[in-house]
Order: sequence, then structure tokens, then C-alpha cells
Amino acid sequence: MNTEEQRTFEELIYSYVGKQVCPRTAAKDAVNEAMIRHWAEAIGDRNPAYTDPEWAAQSSRGKTIAPPAMMYSWGQEGFPVVAQGRTPDAQSELVEKFNENGFFGTLGTNVKQEYFKEVSPGDTVYMEMVVDNISEQKATARGIGYFFETLATFSDQHGDEIGTQRFRVLKFIPPAEQAAATESADSALEVPTRIASPRGHDNKWWWDACDEGKVLIQRCRDCQTLRHPPRPMCGECQSMQWDSIESALAGEVLSFTELHHPKIPGYQYPLICAVIKLGEGTNLVANVVGCEPEAVHIGMPVQGKVEQVDEKTMLPQFYPA
Amino acid sequence: MPISLKDEAAIAGIGLTEFSKNSGRSELQLAAECIKAACDDAGISPSEIDGLVSYTLDSTDEIEVARAVGANDLTMFSRINYGGGAAVGTIHQATMAIATGQASTVVCWRAMNGRSGKRMGQGVSGDITSSDLVHWSWYTPYGMLIPGSWIAMIANKYMHNYGVTREDLGLVAISQRNYALNNPRAYGYGKPLSMDEYMASKMIAEPLCLYDFCQETDGGCAILITSAERARDLKQKPAMIRGVCQASTRGQEQMTSYYRSELTSLPEMELAAKLVYEQAGLGPHDIDAACLYDAFTSEIIMQLESFGFCKEGEGVELVREGGLDIDGRLPNNTHGGLISEAYIHGMNNIAEGVRLVRGESTGQPDKNVEHVLVSSGVGVPTGALILGKD
Ligand SMILES: [Zn+2]
Repeated sequence: MNTEEQRTFEELIYSYVGKQVCPRTAAKDAVNEAMIRHWAEAIGDRNPAYTDPEWAAQSSRGKTIAPPAMMYSWGQEGFPVVAQGRTPDAQSELVEKFNENGFFGTLGTNVKQEYFKEVSPGDTVYMEMVVDNISEQKATARGIGYFFETLATFSDQHGDEIGTQRFRVLKFIPPAEQAAATESADSALEVPTRIASPRGHDNKWWWDACDEGKVLIQRCRDCQTLRHPPRPMCGECQSMQWDSIESALAGEVLSFTELHHPKIPGYQYPLICAVIKLGEGTNLVANVVGCEPEAVHIGMPVQGKVEQVDEKTMLPQFYPA
Repeated sequence: MPISLKDEAAIAGIGLTEFSKNSGRSELQLAAECIKAACDDAGISPSEIDGLVSYTLDSTDEIEVARAVGANDLTMFSRINYGGGAAVGTIHQATMAIATGQASTVVCWRAMNGRSGKRMGQGVSGDITSSDLVHWSWYTPYGMLIPGSWIAMIANKYMHNYGVTREDLGLVAISQRNYALNNPRAYGYGKPLSMDEYMASKMIAEPLCLYDFCQETDGGCAILITSAERARDLKQKPAMIRGVCQASTRGQEQMTSYYRSELTSLPEMELAAKLVYEQAGLGPHDIDAACLYDAFTSEIIMQLESFGFCKEGEGVELVREGGLDIDGRLPNNTHGGLISEAYIHGMNNIAEGVRLVRGESTGQPDKNVEHVLVSSGVGVPTGALILGKD
């Protein structure tokens, strides 16, 4: 998706914010002791306030109550939704728009409930739901995507609010290698790391040193000319004999760019890349960190150190000197 | 005695497919269609093609194309590397082949599903160790994965040195969009761009925003080259190849030549300018219009200096005074360019150069266009071409 298409897509999905997923609808069954018992058994909740009418009669409430966390279960579809599929609504349409545009990964990220009033057997729970908000595009551990949140509001037969539930879902573009794999909710959330350099004959030694916290500069053993990036032959005297010196990583910003879009999973934003002129005389491309992006400027003196930037990556990072 | 390439060969035909965001067909088919169209334009049969040249990035093999269009014996086939840096390089190969008798009818083409298929802007990553991947890996771990990020580094330094602002880049984008408004092939056809829209658009890699970037396009473009003598007998007025060259300079990298003493000029483009002017026996004052490679707006301003249309650091003044517009000193990318017509890796800029010489552009300036300058990719090994009237 190019940026213009992204804008069109975002206009489309954001048009769903505020749309009703379902109008205020009564649960198929009134709150009842049987369903409360099933739920409490399944959860393993032995609170007598839910299941012991005699105990409850002596309590301050005078009767059993439904576990507040059951709020959403009263209105949930049963067997028909399995047999006949879900009736299209604003939420399913929105999900379809995401899928059509490659965001076919789905991850329910969190549910947040708030409770205002208790209900007891005999009461009826009503639910209504809207698409409440959709985030801007995010680079997540799962891939590039958007969070959307539905807001369900529950009330009883008197119209009093019982509580609310916010359900947050991530729709994302699954990385190619994960696309074939099944989307199981408990598959390990592997945090992506920066793209590593392939290590071949001509550059492995440089990255190996970087892993050990050092930035080396290749030096011709014959004419002493420094060169970076490394290459097997000296362009000045054609010697293939070389050694290296360790850079003190003192330098100056020759030029820089702040990268805004697209945000690549595994990279931390704001993200600034710069050509650093090192005190030794060679140039090195690396990140500038440790200050506001606005503070970075051409000619800025910087001091670098090799740091671990993620689980797998050591890189030189430069700070204002 | 070396052979001069001046006026040895001419472009006798251009052929294009439509430009879209989803062609719905293979790159081979796009190639075959645009090559057939170039033959039709010249008034010859595809069976007469004996040379084929494309980009190393093109997915279609020469022999696949040859079978598809019904070419017979091929006596010359070649590929040029470095993305858009190949554009004029393909013409260089064809011209050399014709001047030395290695082929008589050469087609250069580029066909790509550049939006629906492999997208150039997707950047680079991978585990295979090639010199190319090792090259990119000096930048990818830091977050520079896309062409815009590599070019932004040069653009920022250049703009800083010479007081070029985002509005100045916007003037380039708008000038080219204005041409595209009248070009039915163009992405920007009938879609005006205002400075407000430009300034409000999404920042990608500072200082470059959305409208500083070229399009991503599905489409094909073919250029048919034959001897000057034969071209005169064909259907179209020939666009004579006055000069054509390739150029790469010391310390050259692909997009990331950050290790030279200066980051504010384009040494490879300066070499291309020197070579192409020498060959053609012409200078900047002889050039009436141009199709300068425009993957990014900043590249246009820098090339004005490389090709001697102004002094170093003064390219922006030419832009501010409307020099690139239809009535300006150097009408540039009169079809909309890669930014507002389509991104066929610069091949479509060569086709526009031919139209300007023929007098057939939808953005044809009123003045006589005797010579048109066309350049290849910026910040990569590149080349330049001067087309002229017979
Ligand atoms: Zn040496």
C-alpha cells in the first residue's frame, strides 16, 4: 500500500468509528441460576454470593447476584451463529475491509470491563455496541496493523446501566513466514528485531567486533589508508593486506534523516539515521539517539557507543557530545 | 580511430502500455505489448528485431520476449544494472550495437508490475550474502530500508548548504503535476496539486514527503532504435541520438555514496554531462527541454547544476523563476515524469524525450525544441542522452 492508498484506506476504516454494531437488544434468557451455576463451576468461583441462595438470603443483598464478569455472556449468540454464521454488522464489515487490504491477522489484545450495578436472577440484561475507536497505523510485535475497539454498554430492564465492556482487537499484516502458520492465540509473541546484516568474507569481522562493543575501521597495511565500508582490496595501492583500528566514535553529523513512514517492526521511533564523520576521518552511517529529533542538526558534535538495541542486535549509537 | 556514436542511430518508435496500479497481466505480456506498439509506431514487423536490451531488474528474459513477439535471429542482447540508472544505459547499448554493425533493429524495454507485483519501495532485506546485500546492510540495521531514506540523506545536506526549502521541492512537484494534468496516460491526469496539499502531505523520510516521491506503476515502455539512415525511411520523424553515455565515478555506491568528500553534488551526473555534451558537440545552452530523472523532487534541482544549466547551488533559483514550466528556460518532464505520469524506471522519460523532438507532447512548449536531454537514475551509476531533430 503506498501512502496515498493508505490514506484512502484509513478514510474508509475511520468512517466506521461511531457506527452501531448492534442496537439495544435483550438477552435471550433472563438472568438465571442455572447459567450462573455453569459459569461459576467452569471458572471455579465458589463465591456463595453467586450460587448459595440460603447464604445470600442472610447477606446484605438478601439474594444471589450474577457474577459481574458474566455481563457479556448473557447476550452472546449460541448455536445458531455456529450453524448459520454471523449476521453481517458494522464490526464484521470493518473486519472484512481490513482483510481485503491484507490485514488478515487478528489478535484480541484485551478486554476491559467496568461494573456499575449488580443483577440477580429474574433481571434482563440488554446490550448495545458501537465501534468506539480505531488507532493510527502501528508497528507491533505481530506486524504493521491497527487496533480497533468496540464499546458494549449493558443495562437492565429498568434502563439502568450495569456496566461497559471495551474489546480491543489488533488487525495486522502477518509477516510472510507466519502467514502460513495457524493463528493460535497462545503462539509465542516473538518481538521482532532489527534486520541483521548478512555476514560474508568481507564484512563478518566488522560485525563480530561490533557484537563485542567495538567499531573498527579497516586500514591498509601497506599505505595505511583507512577505508569504510570494508572491502578486500585497497583502492589506493591495491594491497590486500589489511588490519584495523578501533574508532573512538567521536564525530560530527554530516547529514541526517528522520524516518517517519513506514514504521518498520523491530525499529524504535522516532528514528534518526545520520552520516557521521568520525574523528579518524572515515564516515559511518548510524543512529543518533539521546535527544529530541528536532535537536539533531548538521554539524552537531556526537559521541558514539556500541549498544544493544534489541534482543539480538549490537549497533553503534551516537549521542549529543 | 574510435567510432563516434553521434547521429549513428535514431529512435524510430516508442511503445507503451497503459499505466495503472494493477495491470492484471504478466510482465512478459506487458513487455510484448509495448514492444509490439513500438514496432507499430515505427512501421516495422517485430520479426525484424535482432537486438534486445533491458534492465537487470526486469523479470522477463530476452528470449521469452523474442518468442512472444515473433522475433527471429538475435545478434545482440544485454542487461544494465542499477535500477533506474539503467534507463539511458539501454539506449547506449543499442546505439553501440548499431554503430558497430552488431545489430540493425534494437528494442530497449522495461515492463513491470511495479505496484501490484514487486514494489521497488519495499526496500531490502535477506539472508543471502552477495556484495549487493552486504552493501545495503551498512544501512538496514539502522532503519534505512527504502530508497527515500537513502536519498533523503543527500537531499538534507544539499538543502542545508544552499538554503533550499520544502516549498522549493513543492514547486518541482507542482510543475510536473501541471504537465500531467493534460496527459491522459498520467497518474496526475486531471488531478491538480496545490502547495497547501503538498505541505500538508505525510512526511516519509525528512525532508522528503509523499509528493516528493515518484509513483509506483504497472506498465511497460519500449524504445526502438535503428540506424539513422534507416530511421529516415520509417513512419515517424527520427529522434536522432546526438549523444549517449553511461557514467559512474570514484567512490560510487548505489544510492548511498556517503563516503565522498562532498555530499552536495552528483559526481556521476557531472561525468555523464561532460561525456554527453562532448559526444554531441553541444552544451547546456543548446538544450531546449529535458526529462531529468525524477524518482525524487530534490534530484531535479541537483541535476540542473550537474548539467550546467546554472552554477552550483543555484538550481533552486531556476526552479523559483519557473524555469521548469512550459514557458520556462528548460521545460522539464513535460509528461509529468516519474512523479506524476508513471514510474517505468525512467523508460517513460525517454519516450517523452522522443515526443518532444517530434513535437507531439501533451506538454509541448511553443518554442522550437531542437534538442532534449534525458538522464538516468540519480545517486546510482547513471547515464545521459541527447535527442535531436534530424
Ligand atoms: Zn593501500
